[in-house]
Amino acid sequence: MIIGIPLESDPRETRVAATPKSVDQLAKLGYEVLVEAKAGAKAAFPDAEFEQAGARIVGSQEVWGADIVCKINEPLDSEIAAMKKGAYLIGLIGAPRNPELLEKLAKAHIKVLAMDSVPRISRAQSLDVISSMANIGGYRAVIEAANIFGSFFTGQVTAAGKVPPAKVFVSGAGVAGLAAIGTANSLGAIVRATDIRAEVAEEVKSMGAEFVAVEAESQTSEDGYAKEATEDYAAAAARMYAEQAKEMDIIITTALIPGRPAPRLLTAEMVASMKPGSVIVDMAAGTGGNVEGSRPDEVVTTANGVKIIGYTDLPCRLPTQASQLYSQNVVNLMKLLTPEKDGALVLDIDDPVQRGMLVAMDGEVMWPPPVVAVSAAPKQEEAPVAAQPMPEKKPRDKRITYAVLAFCALAFLALFTISPSGLIGHFMVLMLSIVIGFYVIGNVSHKLHTPLMSVTNAISGIILVGCLLGLVLVDQNTALFAGTNLAILMLSVCGILLASINVFGGFTVTQRMLKMFRKG
Amino acid sequence: MAMISVDYTSYTQEMLDAATTALPISLVHGSYIVAGLLFILALSGLSRFETSRRGNILGMIGMGIALVFIILGTVLGISDTVEVFDINAGAFTTITAFVEPPAASWAIFIIAGAMIIGAIIGIIRALRVEMTGMPELIALFHSFVGIAAVFVGWVSYLAATADGHYDPLHSGELFVGIFIGGVTFTGSIVAFLKLSARVPSAPLMLPGRNIMNLTALAAFLVLTVIFVLNPEGVPGFVLISAVTLLSLLLGIHLVASIGGGDMPVVVSMLNSYSGWAAAAVGFTLDNDLLIITGALVGSSGAYLSYIMCKAMNRNFISVIAGGFGSDGEITGEVKDYGEYREVQAPEAAEMLKNASSVIITPGYGMAVAQAQAAVADLTARLRAQGVNVRFGIHPVAGRLPGHMNVLLAEAKVPYDIVLEMDEINDDFSSTDVVLVIGANDTVNPAALDDPHSLIAGMPVLEVWHAAQVIVFKRSMATGYAGVQNPLFFKENSAMLFGDCKERVNDIIKEL
Repeated sequence: MIIGIPLESDPRETRVAATPKSVDQLAKLGYEVLVEAKAGAKAAFPDAEFEQAGARIVGSQEVWGADIVCKINEPLDSEIAAMKKGAYLIGLIGAPRNPELLEKLAKAHIKVLAMDSVPRISRAQSLDVISSMANIGGYRAVIEAANIFGSFFTGQVTAAGKVPPAKVFVSGAGVAGLAAIGTANSLGAIVRATDIRAEVAEEVKSMGAEFVAVEAESQTSEDGYAKEATEDYAAAAARMYAEQAKEMDIIITTALIPGRPAPRLLTAEMVASMKPGSVIVDMAAGTGGNVEGSRPDEVVTTANGVKIIGYTDLPCRLPTQASQLYSQNVVNLMKLLTPEKDGALVLDIDDPVQRGMLVAMDGEVMWPPPVVAVSAAPKQEEAPVAAQPMPEKKPRDKRITYAVLAFCALAFLALFTISPSGLIGHFMVLMLSIVIGFYVIGNVSHKLHTPLMSVTNAISGIILVGCLLGLVLVDQNTALFAGTNLAILMLSVCGILLASINVFGGFTVTQRMLKMFRKG
Repeated sequence: MAMISVDYTSYTQEMLDAATTALPISLVHGSYIVAGLLFILALSGLSRFETSRRGNILGMIGMGIALVFIILGTVLGISDTVEVFDINAGAFTTITAFVEPPAASWAIFIIAGAMIIGAIIGIIRALRVEMTGMPELIALFHSFVGIAAVFVGWVSYLAATADGHYDPLHSGELFVGIFIGGVTFTGSIVAFLKLSARVPSAPLMLPGRNIMNLTALAAFLVLTVIFVLNPEGVPGFVLISAVTLLSLLLGIHLVASIGGGDMPVVVSMLNSYSGWAAAAVGFTLDNDLLIITGALVGSSGAYLSYIMCKAMNRNFISVIAGGFGSDGEITGEVKDYGEYREVQAPEAAEMLKNASSVIITPGYGMAVAQAQAAVADLTARLRAQGVNVRFGIHPVAGRLPGHMNVLLAEAKVPYDIVLEMDEINDDFSSTDVVLVIGANDTVNPAALDDPHSLIAGMPVLEVWHAAQVIVFKRSMATGYAGVQNPLFFKENSAMLFGDCKERVNDIIKEL
């Protein structure tokens, strides 16, 4: 089948649904790929590179006539009209807020797979465009904030004086929030974050931020997305935000609830309480805004000099990266849809992933799909399981440990008082060697454990020294090959022979093994 | 200079003259210090690939120095300067005298002969051994140290009976040396037989086996005390024979009751024992080099055993006590795991062709089928096609710590793509295809999901996070632990049945 990659019609769109690399991967799945001229120009993928990767560069009409059209944004009416009956359309559809568009697509008998309706189950993560775009958005939000923020992010001690680090507050620890935390942290800022789901505190900490909890009952999520909060919670959250707003230099809000207006997190009063020159990035500006006073696609400066960024095209501001991730999501989808890798798209409606994405087919609107209840926070269930097998590992009472240690020390002392002085010297050597042994061996790479064992084999052949003693102990005044003398001699000779096998064999086999290890 | 009570009158002038040609004791002890330090450097050199060969060579140098001086000392005798009271002059005087007389003149030939034969056997064995046979060879080497310790104990005893002088402290040390040596010897021999499949590797389950082991230990202590108090004559001989026999039997029983899959722990434990045996001999002979080396080897083996036990989430004592996973009592109820999917070599090859990243997790089955060369060939081909191929090694994969690494190195797989479990476990989710070759329990998700599983809590390679898992296996039989593996029934895994070497070769043909 033929896949068409059109040039995006929205002039503000900079992304493209395929890259030269993804074209190559689609070709491996058996598809022929058509790319509209200049489709990748804004994302720095020239036509020549697409051609090299095996795509054919064609005009608009031919692209839209393909069996499968992969694009980014919702199609225009004219574009829908240009499509074949029964063709597939893959792209961001915005199904919950675009019922008319779904209606039109259904009427045109187009099978539509919405990349923004991927169900949130772990198997479908590789197709999840919302996650990959949110990641880019979170990164870019910090960069935009840094761009208009008047100071350093990182603290410095300069000849002119000390510069304090910027304080960044990230609200919402979803994919975008975590990306923002990571970016701000790596720029050197002090980062705090909050989320309505208390279970994400660990992820927040792992990204280098401090988690600010809301002092109220938290909620767990069934479908992986945050839900609207209770009143009680809202009051507690408002207090927390009011407190943080006074202190922070940068606030990034990422709170989105699918299919609903974004929750209001910062009121005009809170914004007014911020220091002049502070920056707010409202990533939800396009769906109503988390911040009172933010306007979509604009930078608003408040009366007290706080700048509110309301860009809705954050992923488009990183066109190359965004196209790469988007196209990879598309390739992963095509892999799922092409089980035979023969270039034939096979739709399996029983697969919850494919059913979830399918929003229109055969003249009918398929949105919304039947509910699939899965938790995107499976860690919660695992935790108690993991804790069960080792209940005995509770930390012991320290006093008992000290008592045992003291008892051992006293027992040793008592033992030494009754043992001859020669033994104590040897004991010292033994103990110190054991300690050194543990430290030295503790550093040995796992990969070298077999050579380690063969080397220890070789050096324990030093027991040869003990066997040599027998030769000295042979009584030279009595018959050599009789009685005790013969026994001593035989035992010594056998011992020397076996120990020599260890010494020579051990070192040789170690050398042989070590020679085999080579770097790639 | 030492103040030791030397019976001056017992030294003839001839002996005093000879002592001037003997090796000074300071030189011998100095060589011990140098050798001991070089051994420590040898072991620390093994911590990284870059320094590992240098480490081995330092070990050889240390061994060479120690042996040269000790053999010279044996042949020439060892002397010290001693302050003695000269009755004729009525004053103290310093003389050079033997602290250890020279061995007979023929001793050098005996030493050279035995060492040359030993060296030839050792080097030939070392050069010929298959890397799959490393566990056996190492077990055999442990047994040599063990039996040598027993021999030294007996030599000391026989020499003492000859001159009738028994030191109670040495008597005790001697028994300890013989006991540890004996356990090491037979234990290693049984391990060797099990590893080389000359005896079945299933654990021997005698009733009351723990009581038997403890009784043997108690008996050893009682016999030692009796011997220290009364070492002479026939009773002494009976006692030392009894302890030798007891230790040999205990060694057999200890290892016989441990199953094949616990061999990594057993082999490293015997490594540890062989060290302690050498250290005990060092106490008997008042030899610090033996004590240092023995302690190094002993703690090395103990540490490896600890790592292996941690990797299996097992208690060291319970492994030593033996019998894991073979009681036939699988605690978890029988579950319906669903259907497994089968795949053939051509399809597997197709999956690999389309993959951009592949992880191979080998296990003991790869060594059994001698498939490492085929696997390396497959790796090289995939890498040539631009596929990112890496290996994930579980710490207890194989029958020896680090066994898989050696096998892959032999097959010329570069070591920097062979990663440890901790290094690679997070990468499975971004991997297209995982090949599980001859591994089972080390990739079992039940260890994490099922708190009732026998292997619950054991860290495993989380292969099931990958997009596709292909399991090379002979049949649907369970692994060593006798636990069913839910991995096989996951929707993203497929079974490729048959001899894994042949199957890997089939895939190579398809590529």
